[in-house]
Amino acid sequence: MTHPFSTLTQLQTQLRERSISATELTQFYLDRIAQLNPMLNCYITVDNERALDQARAADQQLAQGSAAPLTGIPISQKDIFCIEDQITTAGSKMLANFRPPYTATSASQLEQAGAITLGKTNMDEFAMGSSNETSYYGPAKNPWDLLRIPGGSSGGSAAAVAAGLCAASTGTDTGGSIRQPAAMCGLTGLKPTYGRISRWGMIAFASSLDQAGPMTHTAEDAALMLEHMAGYDPKDATSLDEPVPEYSQNLNQPMAGLRIGVCRQFFSEGLEGAVEQSIREALKTFEHLGATLIDIDLPHTPLSVSAYYVIAPAECSANLSRFDGIRFGHRCDDPTDLQDLYQRSRGEGFGNEVKKRILVGTFALSAGYYDAFYRKAQQVRRLIKNDFVEAFDHVDLIVGPTAPTPAFQLGEKLDNPVDMYLQDIFTISANLAGLPAMSIPAGQVRGLPVGLQLIGNYLQEGTLLRAGHQFQQATDWHQLAPEIE
Amino acid sequence: MTELVDEQLLKDLAILAQLPFEPEQVSSTLSAINEVLELVARLEDAETASVLPLAHPLERQQILREDAVTENIDRNQLSQNAPSFEDGLYFVPKVIE
Amino acid sequence: MMTIPADWQVDIGLEIHAQLKTDSKIFSGASTQFGQPPNSQASVIDLGMPGVLPAVNGAVFKKAVQFGLGVGGQINRESRFDRKNYFYPDLPKGYQITQMDQPIVIGGSVTIALPDGSTKPIALTRAHLEEDAGKSIHDWKPNHTGVDLNRAGTPLLEIVSEPQLKSPEEAVAYARVIHQLLTYLEICDGNMAEGSLRFDANISVRKITDAKLGVRSEIKNLNSFRFLDQAINFEISRQVEMLTAGQPLSQDTRLFDPEKLETRPMRSKETATDYRYFPEPDLLPVVLSEHYIDEIKRNLPELPQARTNRYHSTLALPLADAQRLAQDRRLADFFDETVAKTQNPKVTANWIKGDLLARLNEAALTIADSPVSSDQLAELITMVDQDTISGKIAKDVFGALWEGKTTSAAAYVRDHQLEQVSDLSALEPIIESLLTDHPKQASDLKAGKDKLMGFFVGKVMQATQGTANPKQVNDLIRAKIDRS
Repeated sequence: MTHPFSTLTQLQTQLRERSISATELTQFYLDRIAQLNPMLNCYITVDNERALDQARAADQQLAQGSAAPLTGIPISQKDIFCIEDQITTAGSKMLANFRPPYTATSASQLEQAGAITLGKTNMDEFAMGSSNETSYYGPAKNPWDLLRIPGGSSGGSAAAVAAGLCAASTGTDTGGSIRQPAAMCGLTGLKPTYGRISRWGMIAFASSLDQAGPMTHTAEDAALMLEHMAGYDPKDATSLDEPVPEYSQNLNQPMAGLRIGVCRQFFSEGLEGAVEQSIREALKTFEHLGATLIDIDLPHTPLSVSAYYVIAPAECSANLSRFDGIRFGHRCDDPTDLQDLYQRSRGEGFGNEVKKRILVGTFALSAGYYDAFYRKAQQVRRLIKNDFVEAFDHVDLIVGPTAPTPAFQLGEKLDNPVDMYLQDIFTISANLAGLPAMSIPAGQVRGLPVGLQLIGNYLQEGTLLRAGHQFQQATDWHQLAPEIE
Repeated sequence: MTELVDEQLLKDLAILAQLPFEPEQVSSTLSAINEVLELVARLEDAETASVLPLAHPLERQQILREDAVTENIDRNQLSQNAPSFEDGLYFVPKVIE
Repeated sequence: MMTIPADWQVDIGLEIHAQLKTDSKIFSGASTQFGQPPNSQASVIDLGMPGVLPAVNGAVFKKAVQFGLGVGGQINRESRFDRKNYFYPDLPKGYQITQMDQPIVIGGSVTIALPDGSTKPIALTRAHLEEDAGKSIHDWKPNHTGVDLNRAGTPLLEIVSEPQLKSPEEAVAYARVIHQLLTYLEICDGNMAEGSLRFDANISVRKITDAKLGVRSEIKNLNSFRFLDQAINFEISRQVEMLTAGQPLSQDTRLFDPEKLETRPMRSKETATDYRYFPEPDLLPVVLSEHYIDEIKRNLPELPQARTNRYHSTLALPLADAQRLAQDRRLADFFDETVAKTQNPKVTANWIKGDLLARLNEAALTIADSPVSSDQLAELITMVDQDTISGKIAKDVFGALWEGKTTSAAAYVRDHQLEQVSDLSALEPIIESLLTDHPKQASDLKAGKDKLMGFFVGKVMQATQGTANPKQVNDLIRAKIDRS
């Protein structure tokens, strides 16, 4: 009836031509989820009834010719996006029963464009992790190898799309949490410019770093999703008041003359040799497409992970203070006094990684340490941003590997947290600078996907998507799918 | 590795963060935290003497909103997730000031 | 009033929290109306729910700038919000959004009047914007504290003085001046009973000869001038007593008990904790243009001190009257509007201070609710000024205006034929006949019993329904008696 790895553009055609109905398509994915999710654990909640209701409404619109661009397209949403009256957990025990009275703007915009939400996907707890192993709901598995991690924190979203359990998904990216799982699972994942997509209704981890973004099979699909997710939202004071270009309409402009910076610091020790080889091969494709490769330096890159592990924990330590068992969220039984209420509710509700980051963040902000840690990290942040500003004077895009290795094994890095943190070594600086960045499939190592990262200048998502699309016209890495039946 | 955070500091931090201090976990928590801080210590190498801290990645200005009442509040709906909500109030164990 | 022991001196600084008079909260579109059912004005933002974000109300900046200009402070064209982190049930996010590093106003000063009539300038350190917390209700349910978040997110302007106040009297005088300025600018309603204005007092004592300030205590949440005075008095005694007995003081935070009239240490949130301030990542720096500030400057109302001076110097009102009229912005505006039409400041002042305020006080109304408008009063005063009606009749007409029996003094006078009779040809015959009808009183009056003037004037008034011009009547009677 339909291919589980169909792209959004293919499904749009099928739905419009009525070769499949929205209800059939939704049921198709729901059946696949029922069959494969126990193995993959990529969905935390699935709402069959709601999805089918949306599908029936979609069919009516398709019949009447009043369909919106995404009408009838079944997607999943990372369980960090609040959807009114639906359980939204952020991968935590703290919010196991939380039903928000509001919907995230980005999620709402997608539903208004006609998308059907099949369910909420698994994620590292409060988005803190690079492997989906800190989730209260258990790890999600990589469809390419069930003994391996799908990446994180948007691991569930990546696994769901890669396994054909939805046509596309939404993720969030604070230090690489869209791009790295996209790389691990052979997908296209885009983190836009900071402020491009509203953060209203998106449970906060690190406010100055978090951004939502699409996770799809192709750059073309990502463009389509981004068009509907992006836009100024007065409810998000950091949201950019900038018009949203028609990303999906401008993908075919040729790449001739595009200057691509190859960042030396992205080819450092720690990058697995085979991955490097894959990436360098992929770069040749860009040259064949007419782009010029230029060696560049982003000298402060080696400091990015250090700066991140001050700033992100600091902001999250404050963002997570609202979880106190009073107005929502987990509350301990029979608290004896206020202190007991706070400590036991938070102690029981949060996992170890979350608690650790809260403590690190509290430390970095505390009197006596603020200047040496938090303030210092913010200064280094400016140096990292300045590196990019200078680089973008000579290049249009910056390229490198997304992650140092392909998907590693479940449990492999749990005893080595710093190693885990270094997974994000190539992705973190784009968050610190607020720049748009995208990972696209660019090779395979030992049968596992390898992602190539493209970083663009502020509000240049169009250039990123165009380059990604052109690359995908000339290669077929993005068309490979895992064998998982 | 110099231990920046010791047990006493951990106790203080736990109080500030309202997290339980778990004696059985002290050494693992301390080594986990100090490990991160060692990673962070690389920042000391950076030359930042005249560099202004960057709080917001895109340096823009705040757009202000009109002073208008736009919320129509149903306190029963908004308190549905609360473990203890009665007579319009959220309850906690008695606080002595 | 206590006397501070001769060899001691006191240093007091006040932090005043003023709720700004906006329709909606500083970071959410919920209403700020007072006295509503608990949590009926707590939006998802005020509740600090997961995924919500603050949205800045522009009106709070306008009001803060008005205040800053009113105290002659420096306006920070670029100011920023910070997070102040601590846990308490009435603080839903676990942090308060405030301004720490880059507040909207720096410096400034006000002048206070001392009991001996002299004045003293008091410097301000700064004023900044922040959100108010909710309320804890301790006795609703046994063994529990109830939290009402209606107040959470109400905009506050925190006004910090330098520790230059040297007595409870100075502190209260300063508090009154700030109260007056805030209500004058109409940026705060100044209703302390409703919590619109609260004081935190930082008090320390030292020997007259000590150069360094002593260990201070902070007394929080005083919400009346009387409590402010009583709390400071108690605290000074306490500190002097302790130090005299050789007992060391520790810096602490205290609450005032208005029944026991004493302060005691607070147990919880506010005691020496590390607030871990850092820039609020959910909000961008607020940048105000020169034009924005100039516009506010141009539209500032005439402030109390300048107004008092004008009434006293230019309009030649006695100082006490000038102060009384200038004290309240609305009253002063009313006075100015009326004088603009009557051109007679002295008479206008008397009418307002006397008849109008008396009736307003009796009816427990403010000038804003006065049934008699400035136009109506002006018309009345002009008629008296032009001798169209007598002073006594004017009081009756005022009563009619007040009760709504008429909307125009002129019309009422016309309809009831209350024009003052000054016409000699009308009065003479009446006086003649009265003198004839009361010969004994007439001759007594001629003999020097001046009290009888009242008798005859009264009779003339009766005969003319009160419309006779009393001065004319007086003169006429006197002339006739003298001639007889």
